Amino acid sequence: MSTVTPGTPVNEADPAPTPGGGARTGASGGRSRRFPGWLFAAPAVVYMLAFFGYPLVRNVLMSFQEFTPRTYFTGEAPFSGLENWRAVFSDDLFGDALWQTLLFTAGSLAGQFTIGLGLAVFFSRRFPLSGFVRAVLLLPWLVPMVVSAVVWRRILDQDHGVLNGFLTAVGLSDGGVPWLSSPDLALLSAVLVNIWIGVPFNMVVLYGGLQEIPRELHEAAALDGAGAWRAFRSVTLPVLRPVITVVLVLGFMSTIKILDLILALTGGGPADSTQTLGTMTYQLSFLELDFGQGAVIGNVLILISAVFAVLYLRTDRGDLGRGK
Amino acid sequence: MYRTPGRVRAGGAGRTVAALLILAVLLFPVYWMVSTALQPRSAVTAAGLLPVSPGLDNFATALTNQGGSLLTSLVVASGAAVVCLALAAPAAYALARFELPGGRTVVFGALIAQMVPGIVVANALYSAYAQLGLVNSLLGLILADASLGLPFAIVLLRAFMVSVPSQIVEAAMVDGAGRLTAFVRIVLPMSRNALITAGLFAFLFAWADFVFALTLNTTDDVRPVTLGIYQFIGAHVSDWGAVMATAVLSALPAAVLLIVAQKYIAAGLTGGSVKQ
Repeated sequence: MSTVTPGTPVNEADPAPTPGGGARTGASGGRSRRFPGWLFAAPAVVYMLAFFGYPLVRNVLMSFQEFTPRTYFTGEAPFSGLENWRAVFSDDLFGDALWQTLLFTAGSLAGQFTIGLGLAVFFSRRFPLSGFVRAVLLLPWLVPMVVSAVVWRRILDQDHGVLNGFLTAVGLSDGGVPWLSSPDLALLSAVLVNIWIGVPFNMVVLYGGLQEIPRELHEAAALDGAGAWRAFRSVTLPVLRPVITVVLVLGFMSTIKILDLILALTGGGPADSTQTLGTMTYQLSFLELDFGQGAVIGNVLILISAVFAVLYLRTDRGDLGRGK
Repeated sequence: MYRTPGRVRAGGAGRTVAALLILAVLLFPVYWMVSTALQPRSAVTAAGLLPVSPGLDNFATALTNQGGSLLTSLVVASGAAVVCLALAAPAAYALARFELPGGRTVVFGALIAQMVPGIVVANALYSAYAQLGLVNSLLGLILADASLGLPFAIVLLRAFMVSVPSQIVEAAMVDGAGRLTAFVRIVLPMSRNALITAGLFAFLFAWADFVFALTLNTTDDVRPVTLGIYQFIGAHVSDWGAVMATAVLSALPAAVLLIVAQKYIAAGLTGGSVKQ
C-alpha cells in the first residue's frame, strides 16, 4: 500500500534530467519519456506467451491429467500421475507411429533435398527464362497443403487415377497399383507427395546459398584442374554447408509435425500404415477426446523438435537471418 | 570453363528446354487440377490429357458449396495478417533499436516458437478457448492463425529494421516527434517492402491453415476453405470435378501472389522462413 502524497511527483510528464538520462544520445535510450520502448514490444510478447508459452506449459500439465469427455461435463481434470504416459507407451500404435514418423520425415527430407539441390545447381547458371521458371516452380509450395493432398489423392486413385493410367499406357504396369489403398504403399505415396511439396523450398534456399559463393573459388578450383564433379564436392558443398544445415533442420521441423497432408491423403490408413505422431495426437485428443493422452504425444513431438531446435540455433545462419 | 559466346547461347537454349521439361513434370499435378476442374462431370472419370469440352459448371458447383468458405478464408487470412503485422512491426522495431532488457530472449523465443507443432498449440488452446467462448468464432480463429506468421514476421522485420539508418529517426525526433510518431511516419514507410513480405506470408500461412480450422471449430459456423475441401472429399467424393474446382479456387491466392509479388515471395523464403 503506497500512497502518493501531494507534492511527490511520480512519473511527471517532463521530469528533470536524471544523472545519465538526459545526456544520452544514439538510437537506444534517450527519449523514452513519451513512449517507453518496451511498450512497442509488449503486445507481441504477451501474444507469444499466450499462443506459444501457455500451450507448451499446459501440454506438459495435461499429460499428467485425466482429461476425457467427462471433463467437459464436470469441468474436472484430476491429476493421474503417469497414467497417460503408461497408456500411450503401451499402445502398439505408438511404436508404429513413431517409426512411420521417422520414415516419413527421413524419406521426405532425402528426396526434397536431393532434388532441390539438383535443381538449384541446374538453375545457378544463367539461361533464358531461368528466373521465370524458378518462380513458377514455387507454386506447389505455396498452395495449401491440404489442397495439394486432395489433388494427389485423385491422381493416385487406384482405378481412376491418372498415374495408373499413365503407367498402364507406357506398359510399366498392368494397371491398378493401389498407391493409397495398400498398407505397403501408402506411406511411400505420402512421402512422394511430400517430396513434391518440399522441393521448391529446398531449391530456393539452396539456390540463394549458391549465389553467395564467390566466383573466384570455382575459378581457382578450375585452375587447379578440378573437374565439375570434383569442384562441386570440394568447393560447393563445403562452402554451402551452413545453408544445407539450415535447410535440413527447417525441413525436419516442418515435416515432423505435418498433419494436413496425411489426413487428406490417407486419413492415417489403410490399417494405420500412415499414422504419425501428429495424426495420433489429433486422433487421441480430438476424435477420442482424451486430451491427456494426446498431450503425451505432443510432448514427445516437442522433445524431438527441441533437439533440432538446438542444432538450428547453433548454426551460423549467416545471410539467412538477415531477411534479404 | 570459358565458353565462346556462341556455345553459351546454344547451351542456354538447351537449358531452357530442359527447364521447361522440369517445369512440366513438377507442375503436372497443378495442370491436372485445372484440367479436371474444367471437364464436365460425365467426362471426369475417363479424362484424357486435354479437357474435352471445357466448361465452368464445376466452378459454379464449387462456388455454391464452398463460396462461403472462401469468404471465411479471406476474412480470417486478412485478419490474421493484420493482427500479425500490428504486433510484429512495433516489436521488431523495438528489438532492432532500443536494446531492451530481455530483447535477446524475445528474438530467441520467436525462433523457438516457429518450431512448436500446431497440433500441440491446438491441444492446449482448445480447452482455453472453450472457457473463453472462443471456439467456433472468427476472432478465435484469426487470433490462432496469426500465430502462424508472427514469429517469422518478427524475425524478418527486425532484420530489416536494423538497417534503417538511425540518423533519420533521430532527426525526426530532434524536430519534436515522439517515438511513436517517428515510428509511424518514418520507420514504417521505410520498411514498406519488408512489411509487404511479412504480410504476404502471414496471409498465406493463415490461408493454408488446416489444423486450427479443424480443431478449434466444432460446428460449420466458421469454416475456411481448407476445412471445406476436406469435408467435401468426404461427402462428395464422386463429384471430383467440383472438388478440383474448389482446389483451383483455394490455390488462387498463392497463384496471384506468385505473379504479382514474386520478388517478395522469394525474399521471404530466403529470409529464414519456415513453412507452417
